Amino acid sequence: MQPASTSAMPVVTLGSTGWRPVAEQVAIPVGALVVATLLFSVVLLVLGKNPVQYFALVWQGGFGTSFSLQNSLQRAAPLVLTGLAFAIPAAIGLTMISAEGALVLGGFAAAAVAIPLVTGAAPVGVTLVVMAVVAMVVGGAWTAIAGWLRHTRGVNETISTLLLTYIAIAIMNFFVEGLLRDPGSANKPSTMPIGKDYMVGAIPGTSVHWGFVAGLVLAVGLFVLMRRTTFGFAARVTGGNPRAALAQGLPVGGLVVACCLISGACGGLAGFYEVAAIQGQANASLVAGYGFTGILVSFLARHNPLVIVPVAVLFGAIEASGGLIQRRMDMPDATALVLQGIIFVVLLASDTLQGRLAIFQPKGDGK
Amino acid sequence: MTAEMLTTILIAMLGGAIRVSTPFLFVALGETLTEKSGRINLGLEGNLVLGAMVAYAVSYHTGSPWLGVLAAGGSGLMLGVMHGVICSLPRVNDIAVGLAMMSFGIGVAFFFGKPYIQPSAPRLEAWPVGGWSDNPALRQALDINPLFFIGIAVAVFLWWGLANTRTGLILRMTGDSEPAARAMGVDPIRVRVLATAAGGFLAGVGGAFLSLSYPGSWNEGLSSGQGLMAVALVIFARWNPLRCIAAALLFGAAGAIGPALQSVGISQGYYFFNAAPYILTLFIMIASARLAAGQDAPGELSITK
Repeated sequence: MQPASTSAMPVVTLGSTGWRPVAEQVAIPVGALVVATLLFSVVLLVLGKNPVQYFALVWQGGFGTSFSLQNSLQRAAPLVLTGLAFAIPAAIGLTMISAEGALVLGGFAAAAVAIPLVTGAAPVGVTLVVMAVVAMVVGGAWTAIAGWLRHTRGVNETISTLLLTYIAIAIMNFFVEGLLRDPGSANKPSTMPIGKDYMVGAIPGTSVHWGFVAGLVLAVGLFVLMRRTTFGFAARVTGGNPRAALAQGLPVGGLVVACCLISGACGGLAGFYEVAAIQGQANASLVAGYGFTGILVSFLARHNPLVIVPVAVLFGAIEASGGLIQRRMDMPDATALVLQGIIFVVLLASDTLQGRLAIFQPKGDGK
Repeated sequence: MTAEMLTTILIAMLGGAIRVSTPFLFVALGETLTEKSGRINLGLEGNLVLGAMVAYAVSYHTGSPWLGVLAAGGSGLMLGVMHGVICSLPRVNDIAVGLAMMSFGIGVAFFFGKPYIQPSAPRLEAWPVGGWSDNPALRQALDINPLFFIGIAVAVFLWWGLANTRTGLILRMTGDSEPAARAMGVDPIRVRVLATAAGGFLAGVGGAFLSLSYPGSWNEGLSSGQGLMAVALVIFARWNPLRCIAAALLFGAAGAIGPALQSVGISQGYYFFNAAPYILTLFIMIASARLAAGQDAPGELSITK
């Protein structure tokens, strides 16, 4: 039993605003997801397809069996990392489309640095650590360019990151088609394969590679960093009002670049796992759109690192079920793109409801 | 390198500049129109890809490429209206909605475009402007698609219209100061939805050029970010339709360096030269960001704030 005290009242009202804002954070995105699903169902009906069958197949192909669940988690692994890559700069108010470029360039750098190590028969553990670190550093540095340009020159970061993504892909193509091309890769120019012995294995008892665990750990770590540390607080203050942050003497430029470094490291790590766990080498398969889907994942998770994990699994499932839907319903693999596009548009439109639904508003000032 | 090779490269770059610049020009003009109203539409890449698919499909079914161009504009118009209306809701971020519209437009284009990857549709015929020349390379470079000239005409018309018509004044006023527009009894939301819709139409027409002229077929790798680069191009052109022509030609020439060098047997660094337009755009943005934001940018535009 708490001692009755009048002075405790303001503490209560300041410390927590109750369940309503939390419920709003959950209800509006979920509502948007439902509306988008309904809209997509209408599209399917117009096309003469059965929406119930579609979503049943998504369930079956995404979660239905142990195999499909593992497939979904496997595909979710890069999405967790690219989702985080978008969410961290978003907290500081940046819209960065940089994850795809960081993934491609980081993955390529990992594959490139592996060549002398694998040729020289370096220990597996050392090789993989070097590859991962190089991927994260390259991805981070690449992304930091955009943050630095934003801060020093006022260059819009959305456009500059898009350009940097295309430049990253060109850099990889330049080396993969030339200097670092493996003579054995005839049809699809690639770097030298790192070989089976050097590949990152699966989590014991599953076919899911360790990248998913890495994403999980990073999600928790970044959640703590952004919500429970001075760094995260300063970043969020800057995101809320850059001028106020400057007036408070916060190192805005440093914070912006730091968030971009973290973002790029996440993207680069995704690239590392694509190379070391899936492809075994760097080639055009790295350009798979994970960076772009990650943006949607982050928006749906409201840029909350913890929520990104389940949302990434959901999108992993949609992608995992693509083949099944293609076979059973005779629909192109772009169906998933249409569904994602509709979700994205409806979700952003639902932002307009934030703070405007009476049921979610905190009641008065606690008196 | 001989003088002859240099001539060949320059002619190839000229032809490339004219060919490659047309979609840039249309998207940039559309974006200029939208941004003049105080909004940014990053989704024009989606309009471009969907426009390319729709143009190809309509041309295939009707046998008339010009109907295809019109339909492509119509599809762009619809995406533009969607963007305009959604961004009119309070608290909605126009940059993020642009990204969403881009993925939506591309998704729809890929979804309905599958059956059109194989068949061959009637293309737009180019005008042999270079008929006077004996040089076959120059003649080929000057086979210019009529859409290029239409784009130039639209640019001149927009330049004149923005400066000299009542509609142009209202558009500029809405873009520079929403309170001023309201005080004049103008509904800024209506102006912006209309401007975004018109901009979307132009971007859709730009897409028609991709599938019906150059490269001249429909496939999923048709656009490599031209719709996005055009947004940067608009900043470079400082929201001036006439400067958009020059900027588009410059971008086209940059994009043509790789193929032009390849045509004389220099294939080394081909993939690197492919990145030339992106690198150029980036440097232009670095050089002009603060400058452009200070002087010519519409006051309500979020991208320069």
